[in-house]
Amino acid sequence: MHSIAAAPHIFWAVLFIVLPLLIVLFYAFTDKAGSFSIWNIVALGDYMPIFLTSIELAVIATFICLVIGYPLAYAIARSKPEHQKIFILMLMLPMWTNLLIRTYSIMALLDDGGFVNSVLMKLFGTDEPVLHIIGTKGAVIFGMVYDFLPYMVLPIYTCVSKIDKHMWEAASDLGCSPVKVMTKVILPLSSSGIISGVTMVLVPCISTFYISQKLGGGTFELIGDTIERQFLNGARNIGAAISLVMMILILISLAIMNKFTDADGEDGGIIV
Amino acid sequence: MKRISALIFVLLIAISAFSSCKGDEKTVTLNVYNWGEYISDGSDGSFNTNKEFENYFNRFLSEKYGGIKVKVNYTTYPTNEDMYSKLVSGSGSYDVVFPSDYMIEKLISEDILIPLPWSNLKSESNFHTIDTDYISQPYDPDNLYTVAYTFGRTGIIYNTTMVDEEDIDGSWGLLWNPKYSGRILQFNNPRDAFGTAMYWKDIDINSDDEEDWNEALRILKDQKQYLQGYVNDEIFDKMTGESAAIAPYFVGDFVTMYSENDNLAFYYPEEGTNVFVDAMCIPTSSKNPEIALEYINFMLSPDAAIANALFLGYASPSRYVYNDDPLLDEIYGEYNSEYMESLAFDYFLDAEDEENPTEEELKVAEEKADSIFNLLYNYEDPGNYSHEILFYRNFTPEIQRHVNSLWEELKIHGTEELWVHITSAVLVGTILIFAIYSAVVKKKRSKDYRMRDKALKVTKSGNSN
Repeated sequence: MHSIAAAPHIFWAVLFIVLPLLIVLFYAFTDKAGSFSIWNIVALGDYMPIFLTSIELAVIATFICLVIGYPLAYAIARSKPEHQKIFILMLMLPMWTNLLIRTYSIMALLDDGGFVNSVLMKLFGTDEPVLHIIGTKGAVIFGMVYDFLPYMVLPIYTCVSKIDKHMWEAASDLGCSPVKVMTKVILPLSSSGIISGVTMVLVPCISTFYISQKLGGGTFELIGDTIERQFLNGARNIGAAISLVMMILILISLAIMNKFTDADGEDGGIIV
Repeated sequence: MKRISALIFVLLIAISAFSSCKGDEKTVTLNVYNWGEYISDGSDGSFNTNKEFENYFNRFLSEKYGGIKVKVNYTTYPTNEDMYSKLVSGSGSYDVVFPSDYMIEKLISEDILIPLPWSNLKSESNFHTIDTDYISQPYDPDNLYTVAYTFGRTGIIYNTTMVDEEDIDGSWGLLWNPKYSGRILQFNNPRDAFGTAMYWKDIDINSDDEEDWNEALRILKDQKQYLQGYVNDEIFDKMTGESAAIAPYFVGDFVTMYSENDNLAFYYPEEGTNVFVDAMCIPTSSKNPEIALEYINFMLSPDAAIANALFLGYASPSRYVYNDDPLLDEIYGEYNSEYMESLAFDYFLDAEDEENPTEEELKVAEEKADSIFNLLYNYEDPGNYSHEILFYRNFTPEIQRHVNSLWEELKIHGTEELWVHITSAVLVGTILIFAIYSAVVKKKRSKDYRMRDKALKVTKSGNSN
C-alpha cells in the first residue's frame, strides 16, 4: 500500500530530478558531436575567477543574512503568539512581489540618478551622486541579502519556536549566565534551523544571475550569468559542465556545514 | 464519499469530451514569437495588432481557408540568441519570428526557415509597399525568406546637461572619454560592444582574423575603467533617469527615451555605424505557414505599419510610413503625413491643456517630430569606414567561439575588489576552524562517554557479584 502511495512521488522525482541530472551529466561529458570528452571539464580552468567571485559573494551575503536573520527570528519566536503572525506576514509580504521586479526596483531606487540619490543630492546640495552603489559588488550582496533574507529567518523561526521555554529556566537554575544559556543551550538546539537557513540562502546566492546583471551593472559575471550565456550561445556542453562542477561545489560546502549538526542529530533540517 | 468522487470523475470526462468537441470548430492557433515591446499592443489606446489581425482574418479570410478561425498566441524574447536556442531546441512550434540580419543568415544556413509561400496567399499581397532598399539584402540575397519589419542604426545617446558641448566631436571616442568616467554605458552583448570599438578604430566588424578581435578586446578593456556598466534594456531607465550620461544604442530606442526626457540627444558617429534589419520569417516548425504569411501580410497593411512604426519608434521599411519616390506620392502621401502628424502629437506634444495646445507647443512638437524623422530616415554615410559597412554577418563557428571567450575575458578583467576576498576568506577560515574544533570536541566527548559507560559497567558487574 505504501509503495502505491509513493509511486507518483517516485515518478516525479525520476522525471524532474534524476533525469535532468543525467542529462546534465551526459552533456558535461560529451562534445558537440555527442562523443565522449572530458575537455569541457578541463576547459573550466578559465572560469575559476568567476567561480571564486560567486562563492565569495554568496558566503558574505549568507553570513550577513545569518547575522541579521537569527536575532530577528529569535525575537519573533519569543514575541506574543498573536504578534508572531503579523511579524511573519510582514516578512513574507515582499516575497509576494516577483523577485525580478524587486531587484529591478532596487536598481532604479539606488542608481546614481535614482530616487535615493536625488533626495540626498538635494539635501547635500551637490551635483555628484552621493551614494555610488549600483555597479559594485556591494550592491550585489545587498540585493542577495534583501531577496533571500526570509529564507534564512523562516527555518530559524520554526526551529526556535519549537524549543521548550523551560529550557531557558532550567539552564538558568543550573547556573548558566544569559550569554551561556544562549551559546550552550539555545544556539545548539537551533542549529538545524541555522543549517537549513544557510543552505536555503547560500545555494540560490551562488547560482543567481539576475541580481548580478542588474545590480552589478554587468561589469562582472557570476557563475549563473556564465551558464546562462553558454546556453544562449549554443555551448550546451560547457554550460552543463559548469553546472555540474557548481553542484559538486555546493555539495562539498553542504558537507562541511553538516559538521555543525550532531552526527546522530535527529532532524538535521533539509540537508542535501 | 466514493459516489461523489465518481460523479466528479464522470463530470470531468464529460467536460473534457465536450471541450474537445468545441475544438472541432477549427480554431487555429498562430504562434507569433517577437522581441519584447516590439508590436503595437493596444496599450494606451494604441492599435492592438494581434486582436485586429484575428478580427480581420475571422471576418474576411476565414471562408477562403475553409471556415477556420484564428487565434494569435503572442510570446516574446529578449535577444536573438534566446529565440535561436528556442527554435533549435525544437520545443514548441512557432509560425512567425522576427530575427535580425545576422541571425537570419544563421537560421537560413541551418535550414530553420522556410521560403515564404507567396503563391498561396489568399488575400491581396502588400509586399509592394516595402521600400526596395530593404529587399534582397545580403542576409537573404534572393528575397525568399524574409519581409523587413524595422531597420535602424547604432549611434551615441548623450545627455546635453551632463556632457559639455565641446566634448561632442561626433566620434565613437566619446565612449572612451575619461572625463565622464562612471557615467558611460556599454552594450551588454559581444556583437554590439565589439562593434563600437571596431568602428572607432576602423577594424572590420565581420573580420575572420582573430587578431582583429584581440585588438578590439584591448580597446574595450581600456574602456572598462570608465564604465558604469554593461547594460541591455536597463539603458532606458538609466538614460531617462539621468543615472548615466553617455551610451551607445539603437536610434529607434532613442526616440522612446527622447519622448520621455528631452535633455537627451543622439548622433551617428562619423567613423561609421552598422545597419540592422529585423525581419518577419516563418520557421520550419510552423504548422500553418499560409496563415503565418497572412499575418505577415497584415503587418504590411497601412494601419498596422503606421501603428507599429509609432509604437516602436523604429524606422519602418513600409512606404506607408516613409516614401521617397515622388511618383508614388499619390498612393502613399496621405499615409506619410498621417504618420508625421501622429509622431508629433502622440510622441512629442507636451501641452498644459491636452485638448487645446497653444501654437508654440504645437510648433515645438512638430520640430521634434521633424528632427526625429530625419534621424530615422535620412542617414548619410560619411564614408570614413574602410570595410563593408552594411550588416553584421553570421560568424564562422571558430570566430564565434573566439569572440565568446574574449567576452568572458572582458567580463573578468579588472573586477577585483580586495575587501571581497578578505572578508570571504576570513569567514570561510572561521567556519573551517569552528568545524574542526567542534569535531574534536565531539570526539573527545564521545570518548569520555565511552569511558564513563565502561566504568559504570565495571561497578555494575561488581555489585551483582
